[in-house]
Amino acid sequence: MSSEFILLLPLIIVGVMSVISILVDAINPNSKNSGYYLSIVSIVAVGGFALNNFYLNISGINLDGANLITSNMLSFGGFSAFFDLLFSIGALLIVLNARNYLDTVKTELNEFYNLVLYALAGMMVMAHSNHLLTLFIGIELMSITFYIMAGYFRFASQSVEASLKYFLLGAFSTGFLVYGMAMLYGSTGSMFFPEITVAIVSGSANNAYLMFGAALMIMGLSFKSSAFPFHQWAPDVYSGAPTVVTSFMSTAGKAAALSAFIIIAKTIIPMGFDPTGLESAVNTDKLITAIAAISALTMLVGNITALVQKNVKRMLAYSSVAHAGYMLMGIVANTAAGWSALMFYAVVYTFMQIGAFIIVGLLERDTDKNLEYDDYAGLSKRQPALAAIMALFMFSLAGIPPMAGFFGKYYLFMSVINTGHLWLALIAVVSSIISVVFYIGLIVKMYFTDSEDVEGESLPWNASRMLVFVTSAVVLIIGLNPGGMLSFIKSAL
Amino acid sequence: MPEQSILMEYLPLILMLLVGAVVGIQFTLFSEWLGAKRFTKEKQTTYESGMIPYGSASDRFSIKFYLTAVSFLVFDIEVVFIYPWAVQLRELGMQGFVAMSIFIIVLLIGLFYEIKKGGLKWD
Repeated sequence: MSSEFILLLPLIIVGVMSVISILVDAINPNSKNSGYYLSIVSIVAVGGFALNNFYLNISGINLDGANLITSNMLSFGGFSAFFDLLFSIGALLIVLNARNYLDTVKTELNEFYNLVLYALAGMMVMAHSNHLLTLFIGIELMSITFYIMAGYFRFASQSVEASLKYFLLGAFSTGFLVYGMAMLYGSTGSMFFPEITVAIVSGSANNAYLMFGAALMIMGLSFKSSAFPFHQWAPDVYSGAPTVVTSFMSTAGKAAALSAFIIIAKTIIPMGFDPTGLESAVNTDKLITAIAAISALTMLVGNITALVQKNVKRMLAYSSVAHAGYMLMGIVANTAAGWSALMFYAVVYTFMQIGAFIIVGLLERDTDKNLEYDDYAGLSKRQPALAAIMALFMFSLAGIPPMAGFFGKYYLFMSVINTGHLWLALIAVVSSIISVVFYIGLIVKMYFTDSEDVEGESLPWNASRMLVFVTSAVVLIIGLNPGGMLSFIKSAL
Repeated sequence: MPEQSILMEYLPLILMLLVGAVVGIQFTLFSEWLGAKRFTKEKQTTYESGMIPYGSASDRFSIKFYLTAVSFLVFDIEVVFIYPWAVQLRELGMQGFVAMSIFIIVLLIGLFYEIKKGGLKWD
């Protein structure tokens, strides 16, 4: 029991601290700093304990047969500890960046930092879930927080529109998810993931309901990870929401949705499952093909629509759709190699996307100005350092070696090729080549297009500007030593 | 055949739904066909509990109505949770008591936050 308490500690800390921070805000409404510092302290604590749990899991911890507090509704593998760590790193970057960003439009409120903690709690519950209901609670906690955060600039009509769109479509997609869960339960007679897998493997699950439920769950999760054909909300929401919120939703939120996707795929598509000889067998190959088709179309649609965008934030939003497609390849592979490649890509993507969005946020003015491609013309003269780092992120997003993005794509492509989906890898390569056009297009704008504005305004040295260097350094370091990162991730599975 | 027996179990329910639908529809249809239609000026006005209506109905309402409704809903649902819990408290024992205490404490923190932030102030 005591060992389970330690494993549960990150979740307890984030839950208790998020409640405490709104209490502090309510008791002392004039304090400008309480939310900021409380959230930093609690996120660092969560990350520290998650790292501790990660190593505890590697050295081996046996919870079987113990009288568990959570009665098996949560799982505590290295997988969940890894995602806890990733989410807390994402949340920390957001909180540190948010202060300067919100200060430029004078909308800093302690609630923003509380909301980051709530979203973090939801994501962590998702990655820890071992039961359909805990998964659902995690998804809802994260999504509802995101609906609020998307509308954080309540004076800007774009932001409110983003929030409303996200809420209406998100609530609708949650319906799919719950219906899918009900069907899975009806088919297998259990809501615990391991028992669902047992029911599928032993052939006692009802085939028709199971396929129906699995399809609905894939639809719901595709929406949450903004995969085709449920990606339509993403560009509007990502470009309408405040930049700092977009960077949170499109990295940590997407990683959380994909972690749930991995958990569900593991459950309903058991690895190495051979249905021959079973009376009512599930054709898991069909589900794999469906996910592969979603993955291929997501990359193509995301990258082709990003080609024609004139707005940098919108381009990054469409590219984020395309990256969801790349990451889904890890689920198509449905092997440990595929999942670790997905997790590797999620780490790299978190750093490069947040880094790119921090730069966009630094250059942005009045919540929606200075976001066009043309505004970036001649940036290399005005802000040489920022332009160079933005170019680095663009190279990494396009997947050009030796950036970290290249190795992320390489591992994903290898995992699908090794499981016999060569066609998917080919489509991924083609869409990567398409994506080079608009990523390099931005670099061409920054370096080879002159603008009348040579001086530009000087940017203050603040935390956001420091974070740009930190994230770019991480992207470079992972790019130079991808094997180290991958073996760290593989030890979790 | 197991499927048939499930259908048979649900037969009374289906019948009740059908009869209910028929009764409901026939009341509306017959009163529409057979009822006398004499329109007067009084009858055609909007019914507002006997008050004389004024202004347009598609006005903007104050957000306070919405806030109050949401706070009401939260506690309404809390009651829905507490009733079955209270009935089963002896069977649930200490674990049930602690679980419900945590639930109520979290709700009270929410209420405290709402009051402090002026969610219940009308002016």
